[in-house]
Amino acid sequence: MSIKKQFRDGLIDNNPVLVQRLGLCSTMAITTTLFNGIGMGISVLIILTCCNVVISAMRKIIPNDIRIAIFVVVIAGFVTIVDLLLQAFVPALSASLGVFIPLIVVNCIIIGRAEAFCQNEPVIPSFFDGIFQGIGYTVTLVLMCIVRELLGNGSFGGGLLDVSQGALRLTLDGSGSGIQVFSSEYAATILIMPFGGFLTLAVLLAAMQFALRKADEKKEKALRAAKVLVDEEVAA
Amino acid sequence: MLASVISISIGAILINNFIFSKFLGCCPFLGCSTKVDTAVGMGIAVTFVMGLASAICYVVDGLLRNLGLEYMNTLAFILVIAVLVQLVEMFLKKSIPSLYNALGIYLPLITTNCAVLGVVLLNVQYKYNFIESVTYGITGGLGFMLAIVLFASVRERVQFAEYPESFEGFPIALVTAGLLALAFMGFSGMKLG
Repeated sequence: MSIKKQFRDGLIDNNPVLVQRLGLCSTMAITTTLFNGIGMGISVLIILTCCNVVISAMRKIIPNDIRIAIFVVVIAGFVTIVDLLLQAFVPALSASLGVFIPLIVVNCIIIGRAEAFCQNEPVIPSFFDGIFQGIGYTVTLVLMCIVRELLGNGSFGGGLLDVSQGALRLTLDGSGSGIQVFSSEYAATILIMPFGGFLTLAVLLAAMQFALRKADEKKEKALRAAKVLVDEEVAA
Repeated sequence: MLASVISISIGAILINNFIFSKFLGCCPFLGCSTKVDTAVGMGIAVTFVMGLASAICYVVDGLLRNLGLEYMNTLAFILVIAVLVQLVEMFLKKSIPSLYNALGIYLPLITTNCAVLGVVLLNVQYKYNFIESVTYGITGGLGFMLAIVLFASVRERVQFAEYPESFEGFPIALVTAGLLALAFMGFSGMKLG
């Protein structure tokens, strides 16, 4: 499998959230500001890549019967490392994601990739799989964050960007208030609430289904056209 | 004591429902909710494991704290939950085969249910004592059960409704869940104590 195909797989054809429907809890729960979304996405990307490499390296010595238990221990180890690092270096992110950082242990994406990919593939493809699937997850989170934040609060980049005295600043400690696109008085606050999480994800999934179906139809039409052409040639 | 138990119970079942306000346990919630029967079975199994896990993990957490190893609690908790689910499965198979058959396939899935690990971690975060932890575990499970049973019964009817083709399957289920979450938001105005 080429790297290009893996990239496309992670981002579109086999996107962990939009196509495989894994890791929905965190996708809906934490996508209220861009800061949370990017922080969570990168944390999962790092953990996923590390777990993929380790599990793939050990794939020949893991007994089949207890593989899930071993996967869980490996994942829990890396999650603990990332959790402690975040508490030490980005305490704001750790506070705002709260219990969802340790809950990456039971995020189905990581165990799903271990089960579906790493236990049969060598280290290097597994490494790239981790990175691209992680990017696919991050991109989905960012999309959700942008939609929910813009419509629910009228702002963009909350926690990550800050406009003070006319200058745009990148804040990595989550203190930025974001760019106010329109007054939050006119925003649909409900989209920041749990209801908005369900609804935004539903619309994104529906859009993905629509796009995939359109692509399928196009392919089918092209196939049919080619067939007609061949038939005509045969008849002639 | 009684007052805190009651306020935790009402909070966990209605106001801060695990699914509709905390988004914990969404995977089985969306996966096992096509029929009301299986939803009830899943709800019972989760409630049971959540209650038991809260009790055992309270002890484990105390132990780790004594040893100065509290940073290892995520790892310890997930192992406890995995072992617990396995034991419950074996116990039910031997002693109550009828219940085992009803829950059978869902039991192993509970290990990776984030509601179970979530409740244990929240118990530590909220600094609940033993009784409060167990109460939170059981009532959190009951809240999960209420949510999944309501959702399954709505979903059975949605099958016959007309909606855009692209919304087929998961998206329409999420919209349904969202509307239920909206209904549960009504409880957030309740003041306790």
